[in-house]
Amino acid sequence: MPRSITELEKIASQIRRDILRQVHSCSSGHPGGSLGCADFFTALYFHVMEHDKDFKMDGKNEDVFYLSNGHISPVFYSALARSGYFPVDELATFRKINSRLQGHPTTHEGLPGVRVATGSLGQGLSVGIGMALGKKLNNDDKTIYVLTGDGELQEGQIWEAALFAAHNKVDNLIVTVDSNGRQIDGDTDDVMSLGSLEDKWTSFGWEVLHMEGNDMEKVVAGLQTAKQKSGNGKPVIIIMNTEMGFPIDFMMGTHKWHGVAPNDEQLENALGQLEETLGDYKI
Amino acid sequence: MFDDYQVTGKKGTRDGFGAGMAELGRSNDQVVALCADLIGSLKIQKFIEENPKRFFQAGIAEANMMSMSAGLATAGKIPFATTFANFATGRVYDQIRQSIAYSDKNVKICASHAGLTLGEDGATHQILEDIGLMKMLPHMTVINPCDYNQTKEATIAIADHHGPVYLRFGRPGWPIFMPEGSFKIGKAITMKEGSDVTILATGHMVYYAMEATRTLEAKGISVELINIHTIKPLDDEAILKSLTKTKCVVTCEEHQRNGGLGDSVAQLMSMHNPTPQEYIAVNDSFGESGSPAQLLDKYGLGIKDIIAATERVLKRK
Repeated sequence: MPRSITELEKIASQIRRDILRQVHSCSSGHPGGSLGCADFFTALYFHVMEHDKDFKMDGKNEDVFYLSNGHISPVFYSALARSGYFPVDELATFRKINSRLQGHPTTHEGLPGVRVATGSLGQGLSVGIGMALGKKLNNDDKTIYVLTGDGELQEGQIWEAALFAAHNKVDNLIVTVDSNGRQIDGDTDDVMSLGSLEDKWTSFGWEVLHMEGNDMEKVVAGLQTAKQKSGNGKPVIIIMNTEMGFPIDFMMGTHKWHGVAPNDEQLENALGQLEETLGDYKI
Repeated sequence: MFDDYQVTGKKGTRDGFGAGMAELGRSNDQVVALCADLIGSLKIQKFIEENPKRFFQAGIAEANMMSMSAGLATAGKIPFATTFANFATGRVYDQIRQSIAYSDKNVKICASHAGLTLGEDGATHQILEDIGLMKMLPHMTVINPCDYNQTKEATIAIADHHGPVYLRFGRPGWPIFMPEGSFKIGKAITMKEGSDVTILATGHMVYYAMEATRTLEAKGISVELINIHTIKPLDDEAILKSLTKTKCVVTCEEHQRNGGLGDSVAQLMSMHNPTPQEYIAVNDSFGESGSPAQLLDKYGLGIKDIIAATERVLKRK
């Protein structure tokens, strides 16, 4: 049964609570980008993707997602846990010793739902292209989804991958760029301006779409449009506008919360702005 | 001497790789190949001709090639990612470390033109650090075959070995002397038994070590020569057994002294059986342009250097 927008918004609210509680508990991690992408992850894992919580590494006959900007692991872990890949209470182990929930996602500890390690930026798109090629060879018609950061596009490997995917008509691939305009050292325009992403990706031969990333209805519609555009000889990229820290009032409008955890007081304040809809995980 | 290792011809180890790939193309439909604009140099034309859909031209973009290989492996394919050794290791170390080794992907990194014997292209392309870089990665298997036959057999063998592998080979025509059917991953090959000194050689240096052995035997020195095609995992048992007998060793490799086969052997000995050792390896230096034979001589990797090192180590027993 497809979920309604209201149901998806409730899941996203819980995922945001999970994000804040994870980073608070270990006093580290990356809440800003995670919060901004919570709607995207919710739409993807609870509405758009055909996927199986009984995890199989090869992803045969299911849609596959790669998180290239691995530092927003809190939102990834929460989406996976809330989808049933592993127990929700395991979120309490995030970044702690002997945990499967490493600071950046990895296959090394066998966490269900993760298919490659990411963290060193710029690699996940290439891995996704490899998986897309593998699916074509296997006559598997499902789709590969990849999320990258916008700051991550400063990595040269991204543009190697962009050339390859267009040249080879890798059209079972939908990439989303989290375009929040901020990175750890400041605004992306100040650190190293990306110019027009639309012009860049269009000139590289991609089908370019735009989407508001913090409006559930628009995220669902945007991903569905992307799905319709796929399979036509071009890889698809969605430039997704988000607000880092959304919707926590004191976390928005700055790059400060890229990689800083809230203290006790800040956590309480932030949680007060988010409805507990599915029950917090136990600590 | 070396009755089982008669020279039957001369071809590049890279030609052995190409022949192995052609055979894999026919025998294993999960094998796919990638190359970064060096098809002719890697000798994989036959594989491509016979399996066009299982080949991916990555262009001059090695980082993307390595990470794509990790994705292909996840989909159940057995990717052979091919380019020059310099571009297959140093240039893409982070991609190999994160996307392949740490992620435990079944990717075969196949690297030609390794070492000084690349020759005239010079030091930019003559990587002498690749064995060290690759053997430091947890669970990476590192193989450095010595001739056409061994490279062909190693290429075929790694397809059936689950896990990341670094297969290193070279450019020049080189004597062929290994009998078919002699290669097994991780199993050193004792080519000649002896009692005075052990020579452990890898890659192209195995042939030079054979030639040195002939001269040393003529001088009355009994040499045990072992072909170490697999540097990781090292065949500890074979090496320690030989050293118990000979009590001294010379290691020979076309690589830096730091981080290569010699260091692996020194580590093994320091833990189990401290033994005098001499290194035949490049000593903290880059290479330069020249012919393969000239370069091996100039950088202390010549046949005469192996003989001299053996005589030195015997005096240290």
